Amino acid sequence: MKTIENKEGNETPDPLPSSNRPAIELKNITKRFGHVVANSHVNLKVRKGTIHGIVGENGAGKSTLMNILFGLYKPDTGMIFLNGQAVDVNSPEKSIALGIGMVHQHFMLVPTFTVLENAMLGNEGSMLLKSGEELVLDRLKVLSENYGLDVDFEAIISDTPVGMQQRVEILKALNRGAKILILDEPTGVLTPQETIRLFDILTSLREQGVTIVLITHKLKEIMSITDTVSVMRGGKVVANFSTEKTSPEELAENMVGRKVLLSINKPTLKVGNPVLKVKNVCHESKDGVNVLKDISFDLKEGEILGIAGVAGNGQSELLDILSGIETLQRGQITFNDKTILPYQDWNSKKARDFGVAHVPEDRHKRGLVLPFYNYENSILGYHRNKEYYSGFLMDKRKIFNFVDDLVENFDVRPRSSSISSGKLSGGNQQKLVLAREIECNPKILLVGQPTRGVDIGAIERIYEDLMKLKSKGTAILLVSVELDEIMSLSDRIIVMNQGSIVGETNSSDATELDLGKMMSGLEKV
Amino acid sequence: MLESFQLIISLLDSTIRIATPLIFCAMAGIFSERSGIIDIGLEGKMLLSAFVAATATFLTGSPILGLFAAIFASCSASLIHGFACITNKGDQVISGLAINILASGLTITLGIALFSRGGQTPPLTSEQRFMPIEFSFLDQMSIVPFLGDLFVEVIAGHNILVYLSVLAVFFTYYVIFKTRFGLRLRAVGEKPEAVDTAGISVIKMRYQSILIAGMLCGLAGAYLSIAHGAGFGREMSAGKGYIALAAMIFGKWNPIPSLFACLLFGFLEALGVRLEGVELMWIGEVPVQVMQALPYVLTVVLLAGFIGKARAPGAIGVPYSKEG
Amino acid sequence: MSDSNIIPKWLSVGVIPLINLFLAFCVSGLFIFFIGENPFRAISVMIKGAFYYPGAIGYTLYYTTNFIFTGLAVALAFHARLFNIGGEGQAYVGGLGVGLVCLIFDQHFVGFLVTILAILGSVVFGAIWGIIPGYLQAKRGSHIVITTIMFNFIAAALMVYLLVNVIIEPGQMSPETRDFASGVGLAQIHILAKYVGLDMAMSPLNLSFIAALTVSVGFWFLVWRTKFGYEVRSLGHSETAAVYAGIKVSSTIIIVMAISGGLAGLVAINELLGVHNKLLLGFTAGYGFTGIAVALMGRNHPFGIFLASLLFGALYQGGTELDFEFSSITREMVLLIQGLIILFSGALAYMLNPLVERAYLKYYGNYSNA
Repeated sequence: MKTIENKEGNETPDPLPSSNRPAIELKNITKRFGHVVANSHVNLKVRKGTIHGIVGENGAGKSTLMNILFGLYKPDTGMIFLNGQAVDVNSPEKSIALGIGMVHQHFMLVPTFTVLENAMLGNEGSMLLKSGEELVLDRLKVLSENYGLDVDFEAIISDTPVGMQQRVEILKALNRGAKILILDEPTGVLTPQETIRLFDILTSLREQGVTIVLITHKLKEIMSITDTVSVMRGGKVVANFSTEKTSPEELAENMVGRKVLLSINKPTLKVGNPVLKVKNVCHESKDGVNVLKDISFDLKEGEILGIAGVAGNGQSELLDILSGIETLQRGQITFNDKTILPYQDWNSKKARDFGVAHVPEDRHKRGLVLPFYNYENSILGYHRNKEYYSGFLMDKRKIFNFVDDLVENFDVRPRSSSISSGKLSGGNQQKLVLAREIECNPKILLVGQPTRGVDIGAIERIYEDLMKLKSKGTAILLVSVELDEIMSLSDRIIVMNQGSIVGETNSSDATELDLGKMMSGLEKV
Repeated sequence: MLESFQLIISLLDSTIRIATPLIFCAMAGIFSERSGIIDIGLEGKMLLSAFVAATATFLTGSPILGLFAAIFASCSASLIHGFACITNKGDQVISGLAINILASGLTITLGIALFSRGGQTPPLTSEQRFMPIEFSFLDQMSIVPFLGDLFVEVIAGHNILVYLSVLAVFFTYYVIFKTRFGLRLRAVGEKPEAVDTAGISVIKMRYQSILIAGMLCGLAGAYLSIAHGAGFGREMSAGKGYIALAAMIFGKWNPIPSLFACLLFGFLEALGVRLEGVELMWIGEVPVQVMQALPYVLTVVLLAGFIGKARAPGAIGVPYSKEG
Repeated sequence: MSDSNIIPKWLSVGVIPLINLFLAFCVSGLFIFFIGENPFRAISVMIKGAFYYPGAIGYTLYYTTNFIFTGLAVALAFHARLFNIGGEGQAYVGGLGVGLVCLIFDQHFVGFLVTILAILGSVVFGAIWGIIPGYLQAKRGSHIVITTIMFNFIAAALMVYLLVNVIIEPGQMSPETRDFASGVGLAQIHILAKYVGLDMAMSPLNLSFIAALTVSVGFWFLVWRTKFGYEVRSLGHSETAAVYAGIKVSSTIIIVMAISGGLAGLVAINELLGVHNKLLLGFTAGYGFTGIAVALMGRNHPFGIFLASLLFGALYQGGTELDFEFSSITREMVLLIQGLIILFSGALAYMLNPLVERAYLKYYGNYSNA
């Protein structure tokens, strides 16, 4: 099997002046996990004192590449050069010594420790904590002032907001003398204000000569803050640009590899009566945070209602309550004629009995039992159905009859009922979950992030299936952080920010700009 | 009056004797579990080191050498545990259980093969044991009424390992809460990723922690066979490792509270022995089994959240793996 | 606890466990060699002891019976990702159930009825001893490993107290109850064989063995063919997915622990109804702990558990023969072997995976890419 020659170099301009040796240079990096090739012959150059963006869809290999640079993963082949010197980064210890710091997507903080304890971990200043703490605190205070990294050193991490946790992560890296800073999807959990603040910090770091690598799949951010950008797709770097010479459209095109036809044929269908009424629903999380504040909306037959918003603004909790995973605390929910009141016995089984199907946001954690075979997973949640039994015992033949059709009709590949679902690709797993939830003829379908980590081909298929279901009159509640998806699928869109509904619009009237403003909580409609 | 005072004094004295191995093991448990490694194997490590201590002391005549041999044996068991659940990411409970059963089988089989005495080691002479330390100046203390007695009978006159166990508690407290090593150790038990990405080897931290645990268990074992006792007997740890585990949980994985839990459990056992066959006012005779079961019952009640909440380290029992 | 994604099932379920078992025996053999005996002679003595002498097979199967019960008990809990270390205590308390039923009813009812009630008693009492830790795990979040360990000790203390102070046969020194009335109990196989004209050597093997096999089959249906089994396995693999599927986590945990405890309790029918005919101190003799090794080796599948139980039955029975043949190795050698098996088949179960994966990819890699 020969790999395809990288086209870069011929087609894309090299933004680096040849005289200046790059701060980071990765040559021919390949990394496999079992059968999966996460990075394939990747080359990358980043100039000193610049912000370099790496964009790509989920699963394009961005994080893997950066984890290799940080020494967490060992590449199968390839070389790493820092300032022109070949280095062997085989552990985080080594990379930290070489001046590399990384802020991971999921913060690497000890929740029970204070901010100071976390920030000093790995460079404690002394064998004894007391003297070390004084030493490090002085140093951190200087850093914190210089770069606007405002934190409360005494606070326990689990009590601090995510924005501060991120600043702690940056401080931690700087405390260890990082000259190269890698940030993996840093804005995914941030509010727009916090994002602006983060970018200010990054800018001032750049001015001090710190080289920054920013991983993201948000093109706007790339355009606003980076100097240069690389696009990754399918484990390869497919293009390099100087940011000012490119456009979001060009980047997007490179990310997906071909023009995506998102113009979906929405069936023109008269929207019917409301089948789901949500009234004044509030919810407090286990940590005592008000994650849902007074949510009210209706969902009608044959309608797709999109819920837009940055991840972590209450959408997940809303789905959990509607699907019966969480108990309702305040407000009321009415499915057709049946009403759920606070602290009533409410669970997923009951929800399914009411005709509510649910494609969960996280198919690995919720939607599938990964080690189960496809035939077992395709009855998950519907396993009480008498059709699958002969007497007390499950009848494998009856289940197989059902599943074989399911796998065939929804194009789940490989077309096998007795393969572990964990062995399917993301797209096929999602098709399996969707197939199961559609096949039960629900009155209401709750869908969370239907295309997260799903390849293009499967996305089109999933959209088609949703449209088919809509035309049958099923009411669909669609939660997604992908604005394009929300806009092209929904009839109506509501926007959530910090647990509240901050706006509602018909999708025909919606523009990305308006929605973006609402999502960031800047504007109420 | 005087009699009941004497009774209390002797009760406290035996409390300390019973609690000593518990304290060593509880501290061992704290080191191991604070770093994220469940240590069911306290019992086995203690049993193994008790056997090795007695055997080495009998063969060399030196209890010091016996003590070192015990520590060596216990650390070897720790390394097996580490190899299984740190290096190979095996289940920590299963591995601990394997060590306990291995220790049972190994001590008896080796004992029979070496000494042909049904699994016991030959008795040790007093030169071959850690004997109570006599402080001659202390005898004068006994002139002071009550307090003097308390001092002479309860605090003084123990062997060196008893005092070492108290030292071990302060050592544990200091290392875990006051040193860089302790900060990293606690971090590795709460969130190993944080430690790994801070450039510190999770594997090395955890091996170091369980080796310290091994040393402490070695001391506990040596106490049983060459200090408190004079030789090894089959299954002589008799569930003490599990009581220590309970005490550690009862002390919520903190050294000082765990010390008190050990003393409490030791006291209950001492009391149970003393009360056997004694009719108490109102209550009647308290069966010794009630006292024996009480530490376990108390721990269950605590774990169930009826007396405060015991929170285990965040990453306990979860093998650390970088890729995926 | 997960298997490799790369290597096929026949390797991970068939070959690797056998290699692990082989390693455990190799280390045991080395140990025997170092204490100056011939490991091969030891093996042959054990095999003869377990299968060759008259009645040997009966004894082996009698031990096997205990291990099937405790192995299944541990395995069911494992399917729900619960580690039930409390089999020992549950079996012990199960014995209390048998004892109480027999002592109370055996003067009033016919033996057959009392036996049936006693079997129920063993299950119910064992179940109770499993339900409490199950409840505490499900509703109060207490770690089941710790609680079941504690419950083993509490059970031991309880039984000693009762046997010494309450249900001891009056005027007797050793802590045992009186014998159950004749007619109560499960018939031994060699006696049954006589009725059909077969001449079998005497052994403690009794009808409990048949019960164990029946329960094994029932276990398979329960886990892989019923709604409850489906829910248990879902819960074991992924609690979040189970909640998503509308499975009630707490009640499933409690029911699993009840059944698990009940299965362990059945050890008492083999020991008390089949052999001793009275309740006595320490009749569980570590069978509950061995059940963990059996479940691990048998990969939580009844057939695997049967094979593993047979192996341990043979080890226990063969081990007793060591006492007669050697001066320096005794039946406690079996404990050592058991520890090593738990180590290699349990804690080190995945040690060989990377090695086998690499070898597999090397030889079969081309196929799977094609």
